[in-house]
Amino acid sequence: MKRLNRFITIIVLIFLYVPMIVLAVASFNTGSDIAIWEGFTLHQYAELFRDANLLRLLLNSLIISVLASLIATMLGTMASLGIFSMRSRMRRLVMTVTDIPMTNPEIVTGVSLALLFAFAGTFLKIKSILGFFTLLIAHVTFNLPYVILSVMPKLAQMDGDLRDAAMDLGCTPRQAFFKVLIHEIMPGIISGALMSFTMSLDDFVISYFVSGSGFITLPVEIYSYTKKPLQPKIYALFTLLFIVILLVMVAMNLLQMKDAKKRVQARRAFRGRTGRAGV
Amino acid sequence: MKTRKLLAAPYIVWMCIFTVIPLGIVVYYAFTDSITGALTLSNITGIASYTGIFLKSIWLALISCAICLIIGFPTAHFIATRPKESTQKLLYMLIMLPMCISFLLRTLAWVALLDDTGIINNAIRLLGMKPLPLVRNNGAVVLGMVYNYLPYMILPLYSVIVKIDHRLVEAAEDLGANHGQVFRHVILPLSVPGIISGFTMVFVPAVSTFYISQKLGSSGTTLIGDVIESQFKTAYNPNLGAAMSLVLMIMVFACVAIMNRFSDGEAEVIM
Amino acid sequence: MKKIIVFAITLALAFSLVPNAALAAEKSVTVYNWGQYISDGSEGYIDVNKAFTEATGIKVNYVTFDSNETLYSKLKAGGESIDVIIPSDYMIARMISEDMLLPLDFSNIPNYDTIDDAYRNTTFDPENLYSVPYTWGTVGIIYNSKYVDEEDVGSWDLLWNAKYADKILMFDNPRDAFAVTENLLGYSLNTEVEDELRACTYKLVEQKPLVQNYVMDQIYDKMIREEAWIAPYYAGDYLMMVEDNEDLEFCFPEEGFNLFIDAMCIPDCCTNKENAEAYINFLCSPEISGQNLEYLGYSVPSEAAKEFMDPEVTESDIAYPDEETLSRGEAFINLSTEANQLMDSLWLEVKTEGGIELTPIIGISVCVLAAIVLLARRSIVTKRRKANRCKKWRTN
Repeated sequence: MKRLNRFITIIVLIFLYVPMIVLAVASFNTGSDIAIWEGFTLHQYAELFRDANLLRLLLNSLIISVLASLIATMLGTMASLGIFSMRSRMRRLVMTVTDIPMTNPEIVTGVSLALLFAFAGTFLKIKSILGFFTLLIAHVTFNLPYVILSVMPKLAQMDGDLRDAAMDLGCTPRQAFFKVLIHEIMPGIISGALMSFTMSLDDFVISYFVSGSGFITLPVEIYSYTKKPLQPKIYALFTLLFIVILLVMVAMNLLQMKDAKKRVQARRAFRGRTGRAGV
Repeated sequence: MKTRKLLAAPYIVWMCIFTVIPLGIVVYYAFTDSITGALTLSNITGIASYTGIFLKSIWLALISCAICLIIGFPTAHFIATRPKESTQKLLYMLIMLPMCISFLLRTLAWVALLDDTGIINNAIRLLGMKPLPLVRNNGAVVLGMVYNYLPYMILPLYSVIVKIDHRLVEAAEDLGANHGQVFRHVILPLSVPGIISGFTMVFVPAVSTFYISQKLGSSGTTLIGDVIESQFKTAYNPNLGAAMSLVLMIMVFACVAIMNRFSDGEAEVIM
Repeated sequence: MKKIIVFAITLALAFSLVPNAALAAEKSVTVYNWGQYISDGSEGYIDVNKAFTEATGIKVNYVTFDSNETLYSKLKAGGESIDVIIPSDYMIARMISEDMLLPLDFSNIPNYDTIDDAYRNTTFDPENLYSVPYTWGTVGIIYNSKYVDEEDVGSWDLLWNAKYADKILMFDNPRDAFAVTENLLGYSLNTEVEDELRACTYKLVEQKPLVQNYVMDQIYDKMIREEAWIAPYYAGDYLMMVEDNEDLEFCFPEEGFNLFIDAMCIPDCCTNKENAEAYINFLCSPEISGQNLEYLGYSVPSEAAKEFMDPEVTESDIAYPDEETLSRGEAFINLSTEANQLMDSLWLEVKTEGGIELTPIIGISVCVLAAIVLLARRSIVTKRRKANRCKKWRTN
């Protein structure tokens, strides 16, 4: 049983990484055909940094995902606090609405927003409504549920007495709010923000329906590239991105581990001290 | 306490404008005529002729879900039972990592692998054998779905399995249960919520995909997502497209509701 | 509080990062053109958009589409400002009839004078108000001579030849796809007779099992990599493809073919009309047009431009077929709204054809049944346990 599990895990990992290896290898290929190896070159990487257009698209994607995740995190955290203090019937209603974009197929969300924006465009007489702001709105909309769903459980887990304790120790209600409450739910906020950042960065379907020609993100452009022969420098771009993400993740893991170790040590030291005091 | 509630106000307003109203517009479009704008049921009734496409989309998505579950469960179990937390984290990260790269590109990489003139068939030709028909069939579309959505199955399963109290498994073993019985009576019932949420997270994008079927499928593997996309992007008929979106949405919500029935009262069954 | 301030500052900073182009009004023109339909500076040819920006200081925002229908959908869906579009003849006529185009101010387009008479007062724009010809061309069959027997070539029925099943590509837009069958069945390319259109649909459905995929721009990749061997497409694109794969050949089918003109127009969602006219004027100056079309391989609608082209290109009998061949060509005109609608729905029928297969029905029914059985069993078990628990409680 255990051996079978390990075998399947290895197969799954190979399965997940084969296409990535194909892309990475293709980025060093002299030929433009992904399936035929012609020789090693770093030319595609040089090409990539010369292509201002591609870099601008990457920047567009980053701007949208950073802004969308920031706004969604702020709105979502506020909303979680609000929802948490609601009565259960109202809370259930709001959570149902929150579930809509989560469960709804992306294509339906995209289509419905596109129809809304077109409608707003004719109503407000704005000819070029599709662009930066529509994209931002759409991304915030589909990011919000992720933030709420990662902050709400933290709120539920939180010990209600903590706030009272803080106030007993002389905090004003506002201080108690920021020092205790926000501090306690911070892991939830951060994971929500990270999740919405990744979702935004990789989103294609919804962006495809709500972006205009004025402001396009990288995935939308890649979709139009794939109708034409794909330029190999795109492989180079994604190989680089992959490496960057890998490094960031490894660094974060290392930091977390260090942090955890420190915490364990601190706890031990603390216990040691109290123990001695007890003696 | 009252001011606290107000914190949710911006969110509620936002969701009304950008989630509820757009769905209202979809409903409006679904029930109006594309040219005259008059109320009509013809869009909805016209969908009957795409029953085959709907069924096929659901079927392929179900198969993908099943495969994801079959290979995802052992993987999640394996990761969750690693003794060291750092190994668990590393494996978890390895499963997550591919999701950071645009799924368009990853799908294209599969096309490059599976094409008649692709990497695998080129290799087969080098060995002097006949190339295999790997791409442009239902199998390839399912492969694309499984590949893209497998992490969505593994991650919720992992987070459920990792929380299973190991003492329960030990207790069952002490009481004489073999591996199969432990799995059937302890691990499986306790991971039902994970299975449900994984199933939903795979099923919903798989049933509505349009890119995977365009790239890995053939002229015969048109799915419902393709038809909806074409109604908005090429054959301009947003009313028919909206009607299809509406039906798709209702179908998905119905499926999710049924699935959620399985996890309702789960705790009681286990007790 | 501090955190909120920090947050606000980050937000403000992030907003200031928004590229100026998105907010400030820069002199620009948005061009919406077919994919692979302008010389983009590759292989040492001219980069038309860059040259335009250098000459006028107007930034070009260049976007592509892959069929007239995509273009039409985008304009109809609205929400975007597009300044220059380059649709084909029948689509121009359709847009004119639906008031989607703005009349051009020809005093801003002096280079229009160099356009040959043959391409003025065309059927799609009889009064020359809305369009300036960009190129003209023909539709034919591109095939790979390495795999396709020469004796099979010559007629549109090559696309129905079962020998090449799964190696045949087909147009992914109703008008071009129907034109192929209309030619094959001997109908007019502009027929509105329902029975004839239905006969075409039948023929297309018959072809479907042989078709690898319905594609447009992807034809390039698939034909060059020999993933597919036969495809109907535009002659100009063939001339571009053959440079990457010498085995590709082109044939004018004996039954006839479509002869088209693509022209530049300004849609009513335009916001920079003067820039748009400057762009159109730039593109039809003989020098630019000549260099551009030398790369493109499409046929140039102006004798003056030919002087700037490589004679080898202008003597190609694929880009410039002889009179006899041209006489077999037929141009599209706009169809009535009803015919367009009928064709759209028939095309959707072709693409979604496949009937209701048995496996999905059986499979889904089994799943649904299993779900019902499981749920029923579960509720019984739950009830029984509850009852047991109550009993125990009572006995206690």
